[in-house]
Amino acid sequence: MPAYTFPASFDYLDEIRELVAETARAGGFSEKAIYSLQLAADEAASNIIEHAYEGISNASIYLTCDINGEEIVITMLDKGTPFDFSAVKEPNLTSDLSERQIGGLGVYLMRKLMDKVNYETTRAGNLLTMTKRRV
Amino acid sequence: MEITNQEFKHCDLIAVKGRVDSATAPQFAKALETANNSSRFKIVLDMNELEYMSSAGFRALLAAQRNCKRYNRGEVVLARVPVRIREALELAGFTELFKMFDDPVTAVGHF
Repeated sequence: MPAYTFPASFDYLDEIRELVAETARAGGFSEKAIYSLQLAADEAASNIIEHAYEGISNASIYLTCDINGEEIVITMLDKGTPFDFSAVKEPNLTSDLSERQIGGLGVYLMRKLMDKVNYETTRAGNLLTMTKRRV
Repeated sequence: MEITNQEFKHCDLIAVKGRVDSATAPQFAKALETANNSSRFKIVLDMNELEYMSSAGFRALLAAQRNCKRYNRGEVVLARVPVRIREALELAGFTELFKMFDDPVTAVGHF
């Protein structure tokens, strides 16, 4: 399980998406699934940069991305502020334009795009684990 | 990401190419704001060469739609939305907030 370290900067989102796509493609995932995986990884990394590392420079995201049997497993570890993942409410997607909330959309997309999303705060930092099965 | 804007009599045709993520969304939002600041509120967004858009881009779309629709002065419509991006917009519940057209000529003619 190689671990990759990325600077916690939006400028590296391209590379994170590319790494996920390469792994998924090698693992036989469909183009539709690859797009979903890229989007989920992007939303996860964007959240870390925007929230966990808010106001912190020179921070890093520690990423693994592996094929495990029928599944792809993406983990991201950050050492920033823990985030109450379970408190993120589902955005109201039926409300009209004026009431539409944009907050929480990233987490909502991650949950919809992946089969499993787990977030825990460990001694090493905040660990996000996302898995998706090949179908 | 690359943005080009073509002004027609009744609307602006803005083409967005490449990838819109948290890094590039501010530039995308700014292009839409620039049109609004010139009192251009009828906007066709041509996504034909758009490869990728995250929720950061969706946020910019939502802000632009709110601003354009205010006082009934216009709206943002989408043209040639690539299938993957359409699926993501659907998942986010955005498809009902934007009219979508298969070709930009019809979209421009809508205004």
